Amino acid sequence: MKPLMESERFVRLAAPILVGAFLIGGWELACRHWQVPVFLFPKPSDIARSLMNDAPTLLGALWVTMRITFQAFLCAVVLGTLIAFLFVQSRFLEISLFPYAVLLQVTPVVAVAPLIIILVKNTQAALTVCATLVALFPMISNTTIGLRSVDQGLANLFRMNRAGRTATLLRLRIPSALPFFFAGLRISSGLALIGAVVAEFVAGTGGRGSGLAYEILQSGFQLDIPRMFAALFLIAFAGVSLFLLMAWLSKLALGGWHESEVAREA
Amino acid sequence: MLALNHEEAVTSHEATASPSRKPSIVDVLSANKIYADGTEALAPVDLSIAPGEFLTLIGPSGCGKSTLLKLVANLIDPTDGRLQWWRGGFDQVGGEGRRLAFVFQDATLMPWARISSNVSLPLDLAGVPSAQSKPRVAEALKRVGLEGFENRYPRQLSGGMRMRVSIARALVTNPDLLLMDEPFGALDEFTRNRLDSDLLALWWERKLTCVFVTHSIYEAVFLSTRVVVMAARPGRIYRVMEIDEPQPRGEAFRNSARFADLCRQLSAWLADASLPSPVRASP
Ligand SMILES: Nc1ncnc2c1ncn2[C@@H]1O[C@H](COP(=O)(O)OP(=O)(O)OP(=O)(O)O)[C@@H](O)[C@H]1O
Ligand SMILES: [Mg+2]
Repeated sequence: MKPLMESERFVRLAAPILVGAFLIGGWELACRHWQVPVFLFPKPSDIARSLMNDAPTLLGALWVTMRITFQAFLCAVVLGTLIAFLFVQSRFLEISLFPYAVLLQVTPVVAVAPLIIILVKNTQAALTVCATLVALFPMISNTTIGLRSVDQGLANLFRMNRAGRTATLLRLRIPSALPFFFAGLRISSGLALIGAVVAEFVAGTGGRGSGLAYEILQSGFQLDIPRMFAALFLIAFAGVSLFLLMAWLSKLALGGWHESEVAREA
Repeated sequence: MLALNHEEAVTSHEATASPSRKPSIVDVLSANKIYADGTEALAPVDLSIAPGEFLTLIGPSGCGKSTLLKLVANLIDPTDGRLQWWRGGFDQVGGEGRRLAFVFQDATLMPWARISSNVSLPLDLAGVPSAQSKPRVAEALKRVGLEGFENRYPRQLSGGMRMRVSIARALVTNPDLLLMDEPFGALDEFTRNRLDSDLLALWWERKLTCVFVTHSIYEAVFLSTRVVVMAARPGRIYRVMEIDEPQPRGEAFRNSARFADLCRQLSAWLADASLPSPVRASP
């Protein structure tokens, strides 16, 4: 048996946790020592208490935000992949449409969100559209590059064996594109969350069915800073979970063969 | 410069197309290649590939060996002139007794596919059901000494093993014409010699026709029944050496005085073919 400290998995898990514990402990101690008022900068224990007390509202808000995020992410993946396939099928389509994809990407979502919220009656749908716009571009560009980056030798091999268009797509183009596609997923999932939160901020809708951004806004108005931190923590937690989920999916799909996922040999 | 007496080892290029030979498999008829950027990679070349021969192309870098091989594989079209396969168009290729396989300079495996899927690719693309392709894949892998590696991924294999997978993939279709572009160029001398011996045994046993590109004089002499020496700028055939050493060839041939003589001869021609044009003695 190896000593625990030499196990890669253990260190990978333990080191960040240790750093986190130190930071939180230091934060708690510093706040107590200098007696920072809770409305200026709350202690971790205040935040935890607020998280407990407001759990039903906050978790409800988290659920709303996550639903928008997932809907937008799904739309971005499906749309982005479809557009990428179109681009690869026709050079003309790519040349004529790609500038607009870039235009979409460089326009800040905060600037277009009010317009979309006015145009789309259903607020949920409007928020999903905003988040989709943010998450779309990495899927388009990554998948397009992936579908194009086919090894020339393999392409020749397929041609020599008289492979049809479908066979080449399924057996050569799509597998070649997978690493790029999964890299796109990681970026896009994070952006979908950011897009959802930003759009919620702009929309600022209250009542039932409001997301975490609204909770943050409300907490700000009411100077309930611990609750604001609690909501913030949930957003960060959701983002990290999304990232881990994507990393896990990527490992599942590429673990056997792609350099990026293969564990480094000892 | 060509002071050596090479009467017995060499016949002129015209003689290689003599009527005593069986009908050729591929005929290159005054085919040349000028790439889109204007590079004249190959001046018009005439060459006939006879069934059962082991033909090797050798020459300085950039003399158009790969270009000629790609023409034969129909991967590129000639600028002028034409080629014939089994006395017809390229559509003649692929039928029974007329299969063609190409081994690239690097292994060119699909990194996402296991070794067995890599080897069975040509069969899968041809629509052969897996019940039939499985035993053939196993046989091809055994042939190159890789039984038991079916479920590995290419990255888990060494460079030499990957090259052998690539050869197994070429063999699985039972090709009649095997084209190879410096297949062992990146391997160490020892491994290369062993793979050369294996390849030669296979060629002999299966009665294959091989066209082989190499930079190694020893490899060319050991393997070939005919060596075509090419010269550059523009690429063209400079000399042809016939090697009638009987088969099967083994270590005894590698260590023989005849082998050394042939290598010296080929080396001299190669040096000649590598000189800049104005200085070179015309063939
Ligand atoms: N796709 C291409 N476009 C333009 N020029 C090319 C192309 N491929 C090859 N050439 C040129 O054609 C000439 C012959 O190339 P080729 O690859 O056939 O040489 P080679 O004999 O195989 O060389 P090496 O031994 O280095 O592999 C070279 O001058 C090369 O620069
Ligand atoms: Mg070459």
